[in-house]
Amino acid sequence: MRPIIYLMAINEALQQEMERDSTIFVAGEDVGQHPPFGVTMGLLPRFGPQRVVDTPISESAILGLAVGAAAAGLRPVVEIMFMDFLFVAFDQVINQMAKMRYMFGGKAKLPIVVRSPCGGGYSLAAQHSQSLEAMLCHIPGLKVVMPATPYDAKGLLTAAIRDDNPVFFLEHKKCYTVAGDVPQEQYEVPLGVAEVKRPGSDVTIVATSYMVHEALQAADELAKRGIEAEVIDPRTLLPLDMEAILTSVRKTHRVVIVHEAVEFCGVGAEIAAQVAEAAFDALEAPPLRVAAPFCPVPFSPPLEEAYLPNAQKITDTVLSVAQAKT
Amino acid sequence: MDIPREKLIEMYERMVTIRQFEEGAAGLMRDGRIKGMVHLYAGEEAVAVGACFAVGKEDYIASTHRGHGHLIAKGGDPKNMYAELFGGQDGYCHGKGGSVHIADLDLGILGANGIVGAGPPIAVGAAFAAQYKGERGVSLCFFGDGATNQGTVHEALNLAAILKLPVVFICENNLYGEWTRQDRHQTVKDIAERAKAYAIPGITVDGMDVMAVHEAVSEAVERARRGDGPSLVECKTYRYFDHQGVGDGAADRAAEEMEEWRARDAIVRFRRHLVQTEALTEAEAEDIDRRVAARIEEAIAFAAASPLPTEEDLLTDVYA
Repeated sequence: MRPIIYLMAINEALQQEMERDSTIFVAGEDVGQHPPFGVTMGLLPRFGPQRVVDTPISESAILGLAVGAAAAGLRPVVEIMFMDFLFVAFDQVINQMAKMRYMFGGKAKLPIVVRSPCGGGYSLAAQHSQSLEAMLCHIPGLKVVMPATPYDAKGLLTAAIRDDNPVFFLEHKKCYTVAGDVPQEQYEVPLGVAEVKRPGSDVTIVATSYMVHEALQAADELAKRGIEAEVIDPRTLLPLDMEAILTSVRKTHRVVIVHEAVEFCGVGAEIAAQVAEAAFDALEAPPLRVAAPFCPVPFSPPLEEAYLPNAQKITDTVLSVAQAKT
Repeated sequence: MDIPREKLIEMYERMVTIRQFEEGAAGLMRDGRIKGMVHLYAGEEAVAVGACFAVGKEDYIASTHRGHGHLIAKGGDPKNMYAELFGGQDGYCHGKGGSVHIADLDLGILGANGIVGAGPPIAVGAAFAAQYKGERGVSLCFFGDGATNQGTVHEALNLAAILKLPVVFICENNLYGEWTRQDRHQTVKDIAERAKAYAIPGITVDGMDVMAVHEAVSEAVERARRGDGPSLVECKTYRYFDHQGVGDGAADRAAEEMEEWRARDAIVRFRRHLVQTEALTEAEAEDIDRRVAARIEEAIAFAAASPLPTEEDLLTDVYA
């Protein structure tokens, strides 16, 4: 183990997997010669232009390339430069890669990873800052992964590449420079398994992606006020490890769900509904959400700050649940 | 082109199979025995057969919503095809796809596709895989005139051109994008002209002439196998049925136009050619027609008896 940043953990997973399996190739806009966030740096010199393909700015062609190549036996790892751009090419996601196996009676196997940076915090405004994971979670046939730490990023990407289904691997831009201990050797973090990032007994905070770090900060603040929060990171949103969440809620009797995406119809709504359905008797307060308001991501720093959930908002919301204690 | 007699006869039989399969499907639809949508291929047989006989089983094709013809041309069995139309377990997709998604990956078919213009990027992906593995494989990519107005087709052509991928783009220009006549949906007349935009070869051929299609596609396939990249082959053709369903499409098409194209029927012409060149006698041709009719009848009976899926099958095959 040695500390490296999240971005390098992803890079290491890619390099080690490509070394291990020659059917893996990387394609996307500028992934070879000029990796936009640096995630794919070093791949082109090491693996060459056949395996590290700079594509035209053609998101449908990039995703279609992945579908066809996967159906023909390769394991594509393609990049969509910003998650927002995915929707230029959503047909290839919704109607093609997600459904091919089912529509063709189980004959197709599509081991595809679509990597894409998501999230706000850098004044990149409405078309380069979104967290649209809920739209992917609504589509049977896909898997959706949102790692928060370097350790999870490397292990989950390794597992995603080895998975025989289309997996969306969403990398929050603010996570890229987060450092953490990562083993040099290869390992998998299994898809569909949540992790307790901080144990606690008074309230469960379910947080995704970069919000895990904000939630941990909030938990430290809450601890000073005598409230022990348990922070759970689902890590994979589809499939979703509800069992881990329910186990925690049955222990703490309170739950706050945090994500950067818009609150309405977000993943938090699904988690809250499932908690209410399965553990209603265990709840001593209504499940609450901390998420973005119903508007596009704004540009101006004070507006973006007001838009994004953060440790302070999480702390305040948890306190309102804690105040509901009888 | 010097084509062995056996292959010519097989091509004829395959075209007849497509025609009779589609007429059979139309009958089933009229009788209410099958549900949903059908986009029938009758009239366009020369394109599917001429093109698919230029490639082998290991090569890929991407088909369209009008996909029955491509599947038969690539070697699909009418029994499993009709079973799919019936929604039965013996269907190629075990009843989960239906007419619009009928495909057999084992035959190298990357789908019929319910989305116009969605197939080309996927065909490009399969061609990439062939190039990547260092195989001599090619992808044939079928799409209609209507699809050429989708951005995906442009993206696929451009990517294939820049990566010099072994794809043959085959435009089945049947003069109508759904119900809109070509001159009302695009300004070019010959879609092959668009090849210039990608600096690749583009050729327009008579899509009612199976030999012309076969020759053009064979040449493009050879070029692709040599590593010289993609081509665009436009085949001018005509569908006998409506865009969707079992009508004749007369509401949107002039009677003279329909008659004119039927007078150029690809099967009649090819049969005449085979008889004239003494590849086949009239009696042998009749024999083939009868044999196909029996096979179609048998296939329908098989499909009608195929057990339907049960609720237990609902959630299978969502994930690998």
